[in-house]
Amino acid sequence: MSLITPDFGLLFWMVVIFGLVFFILAKFGFPIITNAVQKRSDHIADSLKAADEAQARLAGMAEEQARMIEETRLEQSRILKEASEVRAGIIAQAREEAQQEAAKLLEHAKVEIAAERESAIRDIRRQVAMISVEVAEKIVRKDLGEDGGQLALIDRLVDEASQAQIPN
Amino acid sequence: MRKLMLIWLLLLPVLLPARAAEVPGETGDEVQSVAEEEAQGLDMNEYLFGHISDAYEWHITTINEHEIVIPLPCIVIENGVHVFTLHHAAENGYTLNENGKLVNAQTGKRPIDISITKNVLGLMIDSILLVVLILLCARWYRKHDVLKEKPTGLAALLEPVIVMIEQDVIKDAVGPEYKRFSPYLLTAFFFILINNLMGIFPVFPGGANITGNIAVTGVLALFTFLMVNLFGDKHYWKDILWPDVPIFLKAIPIMPVIEIMGMFTKPFSLMIRLFANMLAGHIMLLSVIALIFLSAALGPVLNGSLTVIAALFGIFLDCLELLVAFLQAYVFTMLSAVFIGLAHQKPAHETN
Repeated sequence: MSLITPDFGLLFWMVVIFGLVFFILAKFGFPIITNAVQKRSDHIADSLKAADEAQARLAGMAEEQARMIEETRLEQSRILKEASEVRAGIIAQAREEAQQEAAKLLEHAKVEIAAERESAIRDIRRQVAMISVEVAEKIVRKDLGEDGGQLALIDRLVDEASQAQIPN
Repeated sequence: MRKLMLIWLLLLPVLLPARAAEVPGETGDEVQSVAEEEAQGLDMNEYLFGHISDAYEWHITTINEHEIVIPLPCIVIENGVHVFTLHHAAENGYTLNENGKLVNAQTGKRPIDISITKNVLGLMIDSILLVVLILLCARWYRKHDVLKEKPTGLAALLEPVIVMIEQDVIKDAVGPEYKRFSPYLLTAFFFILINNLMGIFPVFPGGANITGNIAVTGVLALFTFLMVNLFGDKHYWKDILWPDVPIFLKAIPIMPVIEIMGMFTKPFSLMIRLFANMLAGHIMLLSVIALIFLSAALGPVLNGSLTVIAALFGIFLDCLELLVAFLQAYVFTMLSAVFIGLAHQKPAHETN
C-alpha cells in the first residue's frame, strides 16, 4: 500500500522544509515572543510583590504615625504641665520679689521720711529761733525805751528761757 | 416562523434536484458534475485515493470535462537531473506505475524522485504562511515594549496559544530545562496545526493531505527522536542500558533490549497517531461527501434527503476535524515534551 510506505521525495522535502522552518522560527520567531512574554510576566510578578511590600510598609507607617501622634500628645501635655509650673513659679517669685522690693522701698521711705522730718524740725526750730531772735530784738528795741520795762523784760526772758529749756 | 424556515430549508435540497432534473440547461456546474458522475458512475477508489494521496500535479476541479490543474515540476535524479511536468513525462522516458509513482519507462525502476509534488507544494505554502505569521508576531514584540503595551492584532491572537503551549504543556512536561526545547516544540505544534487546518480547507492552498502522509509525520517523529536522544542526560542512558532492576534481567539483556525498543516505539507511535488520525479524518469527510454522488443513482428523493444528511454530517465532521486538528497538534507536542522530559528526569531516589 502506497499509503504507509513513505515516499523518498516527500521525506527529503519534509526534512528540508521542516528543518528550515525550525531553524528560522527557533532563531527569529519563538524565543523573541516567549522571552517578551516571560519578561512581562516577571514584571507583573515583581510589581505585585512590590505592591504587597508597599502596602505592608504603608500599614507599618500608619502604625508609626499613630504612635507618633500618641507620643506627641504625651509630650504636649508634659510641656503644658511644665509650662504651667514654670509660670506659677515665675509668678510666685515675682510676687515675692515685688513684696521684698516694696518692703525695701517702704523701709527706705520710712528712713527718708524720718530724715526729712528731722531736717524739717531742725529747720523749723532754726527759723523759730531766728524769728524769736528777731521778735526779741524788736521787743527789746521797743521796751528798752521805757524804764521799768527793761527790767521786766529781762525777767520775763529769763523765765521763758528757763522754761523753754526744760522740754528740750 | 423559525420552524417554518427550518422545514423549508430541509425540504429545499429534496426539491432542488427534482427541479434540476426538469431543466438541466439552467443548472450550475455543481449539478452538472453530479449528473456527469452519475453517468460515469463514481470510482470510489480513485475518488478517495485521489484526494488523500500525493500527486505530481495539483488537481483543483473539473468543470465540463475541462480539468483545472496546477502543473508541478517533477525532479528526477537518474544519470543527471531531469526536470519536467507530468504532462511531458513520456518524452523524458518516464511513466507512472500502478501506485502512481514515476518509474523509468524502459527498466520500470524507481529513480531518485525529489519532485515538487502536491504535498511538497502544500508544505511549502503552509510553511511560508507559518513563518510569516510567527515572524510578524515576533516583529510586534521587537517593535513594542511589552511592559507598556498589551499585544494587538496578530500578537494578541498568537500569544495566548504560545503561552498556553509553553507554560501548560512544555514547562510542565519537560521540567526546569524547558527553555532549551520550547522553540522546537512550539515549531512542531504550529507546524502540525497549520498543516492540519490547511488540510481541512478544501480548495487550492489547502486540501492537501499533508499531516495524513506518513512521510511527513515520520520526519516530525524523527525530529522528536533526535531531540530526545541527542539531549538525553546520563540518567536517561543509564535507565536504558543498565536500569534499576534485578541483575538477572540485565545479565541476559532483557530490560535493555526492551528499553532500546522503547526508544523507537515512542516516536513511532507519534508518527502513526498523527498520520492515522488525520488520514481517518480526511477519509471520513470524503466518504460522507461521496454519499451525495453515490446516492445520485437512487432517485431524486433519496438523493436529496441523503444530501441533506451528508451536508449536515459533513458540517459536523468539519467541526470535529477542527478540534482534531488542534488536538493532534497538542497531543504530538505534549507527548514529545513528555519524552524529552523523561530523558531529563533525575531518578526518584536522587531527587528525594
